[in-house]
Formats: sequence, structure tokens, C-alpha cells
Amino acid sequence: MLIRQAPRFRSSEITDEALSLNRRAFMIGAAAVLVGGSTAVAATPPAKDPAPLAATPNPGYRLADPPTKYESATTYNNFYEFGVNKDDPARLAGTLRPRPWSIAVEGLVAKPKTFDIEELLKLAALEERVYALRCVEGWSMVIPWIGYPLAALLKRVEPTSAAKYVEFHTLKDPEQFPAQRKGIFNLGGLDWPYVEGLRLDEAQHPLALLTFGMYGRVLPNQNGAPIRVVVPWKYGFKSAKSIVRIRLVSEEPKTAWNKAASSEYGFYSNVNPQVDHPRWSQATERRIGEFRRRPTLPFNGYADQVASLYAGMDLRKFY
Amino acid sequence: MTARGRVLLKTTVWLVALAPLVALGYWIWTDDLTANPISFITNTLGDWTLRLLLASLAMTPLRIVVGLGWPITLRRLLGLFAFFYALLHFGVWIVVDHFFAWREMAADIAKRPYITVGVTALTLLIPLAVTSTAGMIRRLGGRNWRRLHRLAYATGVLAILHFLWLAKVGRKDQYVYAAILVGLLGIRIWDVARRRLLARRRALAVSTVGAMSPRLSGPTDIC
Repeated sequence: MLIRQAPRFRSSEITDEALSLNRRAFMIGAAAVLVGGSTAVAATPPAKDPAPLAATPNPGYRLADPPTKYESATTYNNFYEFGVNKDDPARLAGTLRPRPWSIAVEGLVAKPKTFDIEELLKLAALEERVYALRCVEGWSMVIPWIGYPLAALLKRVEPTSAAKYVEFHTLKDPEQFPAQRKGIFNLGGLDWPYVEGLRLDEAQHPLALLTFGMYGRVLPNQNGAPIRVVVPWKYGFKSAKSIVRIRLVSEEPKTAWNKAASSEYGFYSNVNPQVDHPRWSQATERRIGEFRRRPTLPFNGYADQVASLYAGMDLRKFY
Repeated sequence: MTARGRVLLKTTVWLVALAPLVALGYWIWTDDLTANPISFITNTLGDWTLRLLLASLAMTPLRIVVGLGWPITLRRLLGLFAFFYALLHFGVWIVVDHFFAWREMAADIAKRPYITVGVTALTLLIPLAVTSTAGMIRRLGGRNWRRLHRLAYATGVLAILHFLWLAKVGRKDQYVYAAILVGLLGIRIWDVARRRLLARRRALAVSTVGAMSPRLSGPTDIC
């Protein structure tokens, strides 16, 4: 993991989606011409992009690897509230209404408070950080996120000494999340709301980012609008999306994937090439946009910064 | 069925079975294979392996239930296409996904049950494909050939297990495939049981009648 080094790309290089969308539009048009024999180019206009969101790049948290294409990061998602397929979130996320939005921060805190999203956006200075994202399924991306440390919010509500864990609740609203609607075949899925959690010291770690945007824009709905966390040394599912509630608690939270398949998804779920998923190896990963698999790094490359959180713990047992 | 009808039918099977490859080729050309093309190609080839395998396994039950004879003439073609897609599916895994990392792949085959059963299913398809010619049927003899080709059901079961074990929580299509296989197997088992029962009844009838009147058993003796 290379951090604290000069940026190898300019921020203007990150957003190349305009180019790829143009290519796609061209290809669709070309196909229409070939198929229909018509000269009319029936290109579908690209979906409306989210509004720009200003942030100061933080060179201390800038992965040297080139960022994933914006188009890939916004069309290849796991967001089960919209469906289990990778393209479901991008197709169906129009039903989510990220404004107005409020987030209750409560539980074992001296100053519980419900924040409006606009107020939260101003709680601390927005930074851009380029993090690696490793999915438990064996693929990874590099994403320029916009947000500020989760610690800043936690400090504001003053956790009591009894608070040991932080729980994140994703919105539960079947009108906005189609997959939360009850069907006949709803067996064996996830329980809603989606609940994730971190130990308090993990949540207070400077790497844990309360996130409002990516690629210089507000978060697209399919990426967890309007507010999510990003915990880059853990598998992606630990980073809860579209959060409406943050609770400080004394017991280890019962998290969504852990409840659904506890032998496969532990509470910690730190990225670890040594500890396989029961069904597949975690030793390598496919970086989206690359051809060859690359080795997975302990703690997703953030071992220098976070390994000390787990000193003395058997990471095979606490997977 | 007329010769022309058979040609038309087989041409249709060829077109349908090759359509997914054409689609994949088109999507490669237009760079439209999702953000994770390798995974998409592997999954598409796997889906079609399973569909064609189940289609070939459905031909005999179709005859049993509907009484149609012609589907049976498509069984071999569908089975060979299933084998073809299974080889492509495995080939992509070896070449594109793992790029000949033999040790990694061997470890995966030994350690990951879903890969173990997948590779076993493919291996079992090899003798079936090799003995699919008319010459091989003659050489093996119909009885041995039929016995060998019951392995097709074993590959069906293994292929379904492969899918059930790799599918993630919340997914449902694997259960649809599994239900279809259970249905097809059920029809075969029901058919075998029914025929055994009929045979036993006939034998019983013959022996009872025969005991009472030995001359009536004449025709069976001739057979």
C-alpha cells in the first residue's frame, strides 16, 4: 500500500466517464444503424449525473493505483435493497429519494441528535480520499470518495464509557427499495433493515470515512446515497449505505450478513488473504478493469495503519 | 417425422445453441460485458451449459409423459452442445480467470466443493461425448451403452450442486434449475417403477394362469 506520496494522476484524469459514455452511445448508434439500416442515431442519453460536490484532495490518503472508471463503479454494484444482480442497483435506484434525509445518532451517547443531511455535510471539511475497495466476492475497485472521518461525527455526540460498538442502519422503505417488498419467494434473503457494525475504536480510526460523494460528485443512489460509511480495510459489505440511524451500543451488533450466513461472514470481516471464505479463496482478487488477478493484501493494503487494532487477536477465529 | 422436419429441427437446435456465443461475441466487440467481463462470460457459459444439459435430459421424459418420439433424436445434439459449453466454461476459468496458475487451480479443485463437483461433472461428460457416435453404440452394445449413459443424470446432479454451492444468499434461479432436474429425475424414476410393477403383474398373471392351465402359457414360451 502506497500512501503519503505525490499524486500520480490529476483529478481531471479521474472522471473519464464522459469519454466512455460517448463511446457507448456511439456503439449503440452504430448497432442501430447496422440493425435498422437507418441513418438516425438512436443513442440513449446517459443517465443524469449527480451534482458536483467540492472537496479538498487529501494527499495522505491517496492510493497510487489508477481509479476505476466511473461507469464501472456506478454500474457494477452490490446493493441488495435493489436486487441481487450487479446491474440491479444502477437500473432500479431511481426510486431512492436522497433528499430530504436525516440521520439519527443515538444510543450510548451524551448528546444524541438527529442531523439533517445538509447539516451533516457541513460538520467537518470534506476531503477527497482515494481508497481501494475489496469485495468479499473477489473483485476490487479504486474509488475517490468524498467525506470526512466518521470520528468527527462520533465526537460531536460524545459516546459514553459504556459504548463499545457502533451500529449502522440502512433505510428500510419498500417504496424506495424494491427488494424490500415482501414476495412469495422471500426465503433465505437478508433481514431488513440492513444492519452493519464496527467496534468503537474501528469506527474512530482516521481511515473510517463518513462518505457523501465520489468522483467529484454527490453519491449516486446506487452507491449508497446520500450518506454511507467506507471502511477500506474490510470487505465492502461492512461499509453500510444509505444510512438513517447510527447507534452506539455496548454489545457486538448482529449484522445482516452475519445473521444470513454466520460461517461465511464474520463480524470483523477484515480483508485477509490468509483466511478464505468457506467456499472460495481470498488470496487473489480481480481489479475491475484489469485482466490478470492480483494478490490480495492483508487489511486490503492498510495493515500499517490498522493491524494494531487487532493485536493479540486470532484473525482466523475473529474472521 | 419427415426427413425435412428432422433437418429443420436440428438446424433450430444448432441456431439456438450457438446464439449465446454469437451474443457474447457481439458484446465483446461492443465492449458491453459489464464491468467484470470475465465473470460475466464465465457465468453466461455456465448458465448455458446447465440449460443445454437439462434440455438433453428432458428429451426422454418428454417421450414418457407426452408420448412424443422425435425429441429423442435431439438428445445427442443437445448433450454434445452442453459438453461444448462446459469445455468453454472450464477453458475460460483456466485461461482467462486464472491464467494457467495450475497450482492455485489444483488447490481450488481439491478444496472448494463447488469446484470439485463442477470438474467431476465435466470429467463424467467426456466418456459420454466420446461414446456418442453410432459406431460406439454398436461396439458397446445397446445395454452397456445405456448403462454408461445413465451418467448423464449424475452430471446433472453434480452440475446443479455446483450452482447451488456457488450461488450467493438471496439468489433464486439456482432453485429453479434444481427443481427442473428433480422433476426430470422424478419422471424417470416413476417410469422405471411403473414398468417394474407392470412387468411383475404380468409375470404374476402369467404364472397364476399358467399354473391353472399350462397350455395358456404357450405364447410367452414362444417369446
